[in-house]
Amino acid sequence: MRKFDRRLLAVAPMVAISVVFFLVPLLLLVLVSFQDGLALGTFQLDAYESLLGNAFNAKVLMDTVLLGLKVVGLTTLLGIPIGIWYLKSGPRVRTLLIFLTLFPMLTANIVRTFAWIVILGKEGLINATIVALGGSPQKLLFTEFGLTLALVQIELPLLVLPLIAVLSRVDLRAIEAAATLGAGPWRILLTVILPLSIPGILAGWILVFASSTTSFVTQAVIGGARLIYLPQFLYKEVGTLFNWPFAAAVAVVMLLTIGTVLFGLSLLGRHRRLVGHV
Amino acid sequence: MYDVKRLDKATLFYNVVISTLGGLALIIMVGPVLISLLMSFTSGAGLRFPPEGLSLRWYAALFDPQVSGRVHTAAWTSLQIALMAVLGTLVLAVPAAIGIVRLSGRVTAVVEPLLLAPLVLPSLVYGLAALFCATMIGLTPSKALVVIGHIVVFSPLLYRATIAVASNLDPNLEDVSSTLGASFLRTLFRVLLPLLAAGIGAGVFLVFVQSFDNVSMTIFLADPGTDALPMRTWYMIEESLDPRVAAISGIQIAVIFILLLLAQRIAPLFKEKS
Repeated sequence: MRKFDRRLLAVAPMVAISVVFFLVPLLLLVLVSFQDGLALGTFQLDAYESLLGNAFNAKVLMDTVLLGLKVVGLTTLLGIPIGIWYLKSGPRVRTLLIFLTLFPMLTANIVRTFAWIVILGKEGLINATIVALGGSPQKLLFTEFGLTLALVQIELPLLVLPLIAVLSRVDLRAIEAAATLGAGPWRILLTVILPLSIPGILAGWILVFASSTTSFVTQAVIGGARLIYLPQFLYKEVGTLFNWPFAAAVAVVMLLTIGTVLFGLSLLGRHRRLVGHV
Repeated sequence: MYDVKRLDKATLFYNVVISTLGGLALIIMVGPVLISLLMSFTSGAGLRFPPEGLSLRWYAALFDPQVSGRVHTAAWTSLQIALMAVLGTLVLAVPAAIGIVRLSGRVTAVVEPLLLAPLVLPSLVYGLAALFCATMIGLTPSKALVVIGHIVVFSPLLYRATIAVASNLDPNLEDVSSTLGASFLRTLFRVLLPLLAAGIGAGVFLVFVQSFDNVSMTIFLADPGTDALPMRTWYMIEESLDPRVAAISGIQIAVIFILLLLAQRIAPLFKEKS
């Protein structure tokens, strides 16, 4: 039994830190959202009422969810072909694909966000190309299109990595068998590769949605001051207005919203028809 | 590798679609990093694309303490925060990962979700919660608070990376070592830690990168004197947008690239499992 005690001792510090420095602040956050100020003791729903009863605030909430869903959709569309390439390739190309995914992923968020200014800006890459082709420069920065594009770049590795992790365990003979039996490439994709990829895609969706809806810096820098999403909204309430119960309520609603969508996405991933007979 | 003998229309269409989307995916993923790297060598005064000429002037400006003193301070602050965060997570997460693999399933089922929970929570929300908590007990934002926040939120990264290796270790190794008369510490340093090195290394790498890059938590917990590099960079983007930001990016991109290559050499982080 001595060994068991020592083991418990090794785990204890991290558990204690998680409870005291993580669980307690989080519970406190929820409590504050029902208060008048930072002093605890009352119970009121004022913060939630003013948050959800206001059309502008509701729009911020909806825009954030829509932004996340768009990024989820686009990263899925772009990520699956990388998965297919990975599946078809030998070890060297596989390593290269993983490197090309990890390298941008590990590059700082602020660096990747800055890169999009260089691309989307007034004199950036895209506008330089448009002008060179005889067109007139477009406003790309501070638009939802630009922000979506930047977020797709930032979040794509989060979809590709779990997808690849799942696909690396796939038995290639299943695909060969389907081909031998006369299935065309689309049929193989829809009935063999995609059903086998679902666990990876699902894990990716969760990461991508959670990350894109809360990507504070990218939303602020590429979206600009006029496109408001929940994170800036929350920061503004604390940073400039010091409306703490309201900020706490925004945080709680943000968590609940993200949680609900993630739950919905995971239900979709477990759908019988989609997963097939695996 | 399902080879297609007859190149019918559907197959052709499939190949075109997959190549287009896959090519686009790779360009979108890697292109921006390369473009900002290219931009850092511009000889022009702004971020006009394509760069007018190539020069190292913005790197020179970045390294000049007269011009970029505040950037240097910010980089040093971020380095300190990231190193302390790594140290703190090492102390917490590695013992926890070593310990938990031998605990009973019931204990693990309760403890593990708690340990991994910070990974799921947006760090922005945690930053806010931690700020409330600190304010209530009379603390004001400070560098120490930032470090504590980073340790709490990023230690699951190291925990997860370590446990990925630890759960594959043969539990008998330890028993053998102690049966042969090795003390616990000797077993730890001569048997366990060397075997876990790849996982710990990967975890430390992740914690360092995340901590060095974090804005959404730091912004709540830092005092005005604690100017971290990503926040300084953000400020520079909003204020002047001079190509020194591209040089800051260039250096970070180069460091990550070299570290990834080294990692691949030392302990294949992304070894191909056949």
